[in-house]
Amino acid sequence: MEYSLFIVVIPFLLFLFLGLLGTKLKSIVAGIIGTIGMGICAVLAYTVAYQYFFGIGKTNGEWVKQIPLNFEWLRFTENLHIDLGVLLDPISVMMLVVITTVSLMVHIYSLGYMKGETGFQRYYAFLSLFSFSMLGLVVATNIFQMYIFWELVGVSSYSLIGFYYTKPSAVAASKKAFIVTRFADLGFLIGILILSFYTKTFDFGLLTADHASLVTTSFAGGTFMGLSIATWALALIFMGGAGKSAMFPLHIWLPDAMEGPTPVSALIHAATMVVAGVYLVARLFPVYIFAAPDVLEMIAFVGAFTALFAAVIAITQTDIKRVLAFSTISQIAYMMVALGVSGYGDHEGLGYMASMFHLFTHAFFKALLFLGAGSVIHAVHSNEMSAMGGLHKYMKITSITFFIACLAIAGIPPFSGFFSKDEILAAAFHHQPVIFWTLWVVAGLTAFYMFRLYFSIFWNTPKSPKGDLVHSASLQGVGGEHHKPHESPAPMTIPLIILAVFSIFTGLIPFADFISSDNIPFHTHIDWTVAIMSIAVAVIGITIAFMLYFKDSKQPARIAQAMGGFYQAALHKFYMDEIWMWVTQTVIFRYICEPIKWFDRHIIDGSMNGLAWITQKSSAGIKGLQSGKVQFYAWVFIFGSIVIAALVLFL
Amino acid sequence: MNILSLFVVVPVLMILFLFLSKSMKQIRTVMITGASALLILATLLTVLFFQERAGGNTAEMLFVSSTVWYAPLNICYTVGVDGISVAMLCLSAIIVFTGVFSSWNMNMAKEYFLWYCLLSVGVFGFFISIDLFTMFLFYEVALIPMYLLIGLWGTGRKEYSAMKLTLMLMGGSAFLMVGIIGIYYLSGHTTMNLVEIAKLHIPIEAQRWLFPVTFLGFGVLGALFPFHTWSPDGHASAPTAVSMLHAGVLMKLGGYGCFRVAMYLMPEAAQELGWIFLILTGISVVYGAFSAVVQTDLKYINAYSSVSHCGLVLFAILMMNQTAMTGAIMQMLSHGLMTALFFSLIGLIYGRTHTRDIREMGGLMKIMPFASVCYVIAGLASLGLPGLSGFVAEMTIFVGSFQHTDTFHRVLTIAACCSIVITAVYILRTVGKILYGPVQDQHHIGLSDASWFEKVSVVCLIVAIAFMGLYPSGASNIIWDSLSPIISKFALL
Repeated sequence: MEYSLFIVVIPFLLFLFLGLLGTKLKSIVAGIIGTIGMGICAVLAYTVAYQYFFGIGKTNGEWVKQIPLNFEWLRFTENLHIDLGVLLDPISVMMLVVITTVSLMVHIYSLGYMKGETGFQRYYAFLSLFSFSMLGLVVATNIFQMYIFWELVGVSSYSLIGFYYTKPSAVAASKKAFIVTRFADLGFLIGILILSFYTKTFDFGLLTADHASLVTTSFAGGTFMGLSIATWALALIFMGGAGKSAMFPLHIWLPDAMEGPTPVSALIHAATMVVAGVYLVARLFPVYIFAAPDVLEMIAFVGAFTALFAAVIAITQTDIKRVLAFSTISQIAYMMVALGVSGYGDHEGLGYMASMFHLFTHAFFKALLFLGAGSVIHAVHSNEMSAMGGLHKYMKITSITFFIACLAIAGIPPFSGFFSKDEILAAAFHHQPVIFWTLWVVAGLTAFYMFRLYFSIFWNTPKSPKGDLVHSASLQGVGGEHHKPHESPAPMTIPLIILAVFSIFTGLIPFADFISSDNIPFHTHIDWTVAIMSIAVAVIGITIAFMLYFKDSKQPARIAQAMGGFYQAALHKFYMDEIWMWVTQTVIFRYICEPIKWFDRHIIDGSMNGLAWITQKSSAGIKGLQSGKVQFYAWVFIFGSIVIAALVLFL
Repeated sequence: MNILSLFVVVPVLMILFLFLSKSMKQIRTVMITGASALLILATLLTVLFFQERAGGNTAEMLFVSSTVWYAPLNICYTVGVDGISVAMLCLSAIIVFTGVFSSWNMNMAKEYFLWYCLLSVGVFGFFISIDLFTMFLFYEVALIPMYLLIGLWGTGRKEYSAMKLTLMLMGGSAFLMVGIIGIYYLSGHTTMNLVEIAKLHIPIEAQRWLFPVTFLGFGVLGALFPFHTWSPDGHASAPTAVSMLHAGVLMKLGGYGCFRVAMYLMPEAAQELGWIFLILTGISVVYGAFSAVVQTDLKYINAYSSVSHCGLVLFAILMMNQTAMTGAIMQMLSHGLMTALFFSLIGLIYGRTHTRDIREMGGLMKIMPFASVCYVIAGLASLGLPGLSGFVAEMTIFVGSFQHTDTFHRVLTIAACCSIVITAVYILRTVGKILYGPVQDQHHIGLSDASWFEKVSVVCLIVAIAFMGLYPSGASNIIWDSLSPIISKFALL
């Protein structure tokens, strides 16, 4: 299995090659080299998956961790050293498949979507860098390796969000994404420090072995502010995950990250990087459940709140990529909830399995949604929903594949989303009613906003960018500049079709046979009470969307009017951006940095200058003594002698 | 002749040849030949050092040679190196080499390079000496040329800055002088040799005042809060290569001295009083980073960033465990390389745009892509991207410091960790402002990208940064072993 290393190394070599020599190549050549490289990775990943799941992976009915490769990279102390290696277990192999598949699709798609863009080579170089970092992250054998690649995905995401670097909004968005996640990573780092201080290891295998007994025993007794140190450490590590996975209140960077090229949003900000947080918690799951179950409880509530919060905002957004961004936040929160409500072992661990299942299916249908949205944007040159409408007849492939993805995310059987979502709801149902009902409402909202999107884009009335009903005129050739939208070229539609196939069928995979909390396969069955409730709410959501958005109507505006302040608040994302802006601009800049600057210039430097000033003045004061006048010296001499003589005589 | 003495002899020869050279071409030839010779020498030394160690030579210092030059006070010219000195010599050689390329078109080149070589004499001499007095002598040799280099070839308020820098550092030297004489007499006035003194015992009462005095003396050069203000003004006024050398190497003299003299000779006092300085350095780390956030001059940003990064060096040294100290030395290397890279790029940009104010620049990525990409790499190294040198150094420091058994030290470590976020803020703010976005000043359109000599300088530094970032165990191992003597002294306490 040593060849699994190449899955990680090939993208890195591609990055170096395209980054250093890319500009010497024709852009299309660079694109094709990148795509072929990624294709090789995908083939290797599928081989690994096949070999693992149908060959060497299972011993005595249990999935075992395989470490084909591991070497010491940097030694800190006797026990603490950063290793770089490849860890193969069910979830990492599953992630390899997801990442390489989506990445390959995005590589192919970008050949069409990014055609003619300046910096095409740079774009492919960064895509390779991202793939490298993400693949390195999922196969990490220890938490520090994960942190290393965690930072690297952050930078590749930064570079790709800011791909259009002459656009101030893109630059601001990339900066925001990096700093928010960096802030979260600080928590991650401190968490790692605390964890490793007590357990004396970074290794995932040692940390999770034996029901995480190492962690539960080594943290004996310490508490801080009423919570055990282990709880603090794991909560801080979760903070890192919450940053990357855009959990409330660290979600603010993700909607802005849509400034990047759309295929990038599909790859990084929907399918792969943003689920890194979920993956992190899943990776450390035994540690969480045995050493800090209260953190898991918190994760469940944070997740449930985020899911609802993001879904509400998604309903009001008009930029199609932002709708999808909030939908992503909401769906990732779903996965987090699933982990939070999960138990350990056999059917108890349903939530864990469901979370990974949803991660898997979501990656495909969300990538499909983004790529479909990209295809639409490519056709109408706008992100705004108001500029779209009636596109179905011009872009059949995009429309149908988008429809499939919408059904999948809404949870309509037999599409993939139904199965994974159903498992999550079932897990929540048996754990905590409040969370279950929240998720149930979110399921309805999801169906509603997705179909609101679908109907507004592909049906409804065709509109010009201004929203007037002049589209039909332009179609007859009168409109001049506004040319007729058309289906995207083959490099873009082929990935759509492939992903649509994935979105339909991946739900049928018996996931519990492969992935479970304790690595022992178990059996699941569809919980029909839950399934019927979830289908019902999805159908209601779709029906309402159909009534409001299938045809042009004044109804939505009227409802928005009726909702008043609440609608405005949701439209403005509940003012989270403004709150953060206030914290950073006012508190940090004005009340911390500026005073420090003043203090530095006036107090610290002032005292140095003051010292110099005193020296200068005092020397100016006494320089008269060295006047060179002999009479004065004589007087001082005589007077001094008298004084000394007097002192000697009288004392 | 001892290979170590060559490090001093080569710059002296360069000075002689510079006197003889007449044209710009000859000057450049002398400088490039000399600087390359130093670079080769440093490489050779590293190889020889490893060979000796592999051959089983476990002496604390290798290649030792000693010549008495003032017997009454036992002052000798004693040279010798351990892994740490070798690492510092390599760093200095790289920076001196790249600095030559970054000062390709200087006016009064001959005089400039004369001082530049004298500065190198001081720097190299300092790192090879193990005699306290000789060390101090070279230290002073390194400081004086700085005054002239900034005062004559600088920009802006150069006389003020040069004076401030020199006076503050001389103030530090005064402390140091007292400290060195104190160490000599109170250790029994038998030797000035560091390694020998380390074997003697300085009474704890004496250590209590000698430690702060020497630590402060060197700390001033290491930009210890609140004695750091010479650094922003000094860097802002200094010409490019001088900034590079100063931030890249000279500030390391401070950290190296703190470690070699203050900590090594007075471990008991370090144990007892370290916490005071630990707080000061902790402040340096966070305070420097926050100050950098609101600066608008590129060199000021970088100078405050240096305060923060060098603060981390002293911070880690005071943690007194092998991992953190290894991290401290790695941070010195890493900071030396990346700050030199920064200053070289700032010089490059300033030479073309004639401004260093970030508010007056924008969109340089389109205009000078090569320089801009390199600037981004420097920034990423500075904010600790894995794969570049900053990450390995900082992580070694954080993990090492956090292993301290005392809760106070661990809490301070967490506080110091916060600097990684603030660093990201000021780096990305600068990068976003000057490189990205629309072109701010129409006059900037059409400015040329880096010339070949600037590329040589920048590429060398980037290669070094990436090498250290990708293969950290090389640096880490050579430093780790050399720390054993000092760590074993702490272990006895």
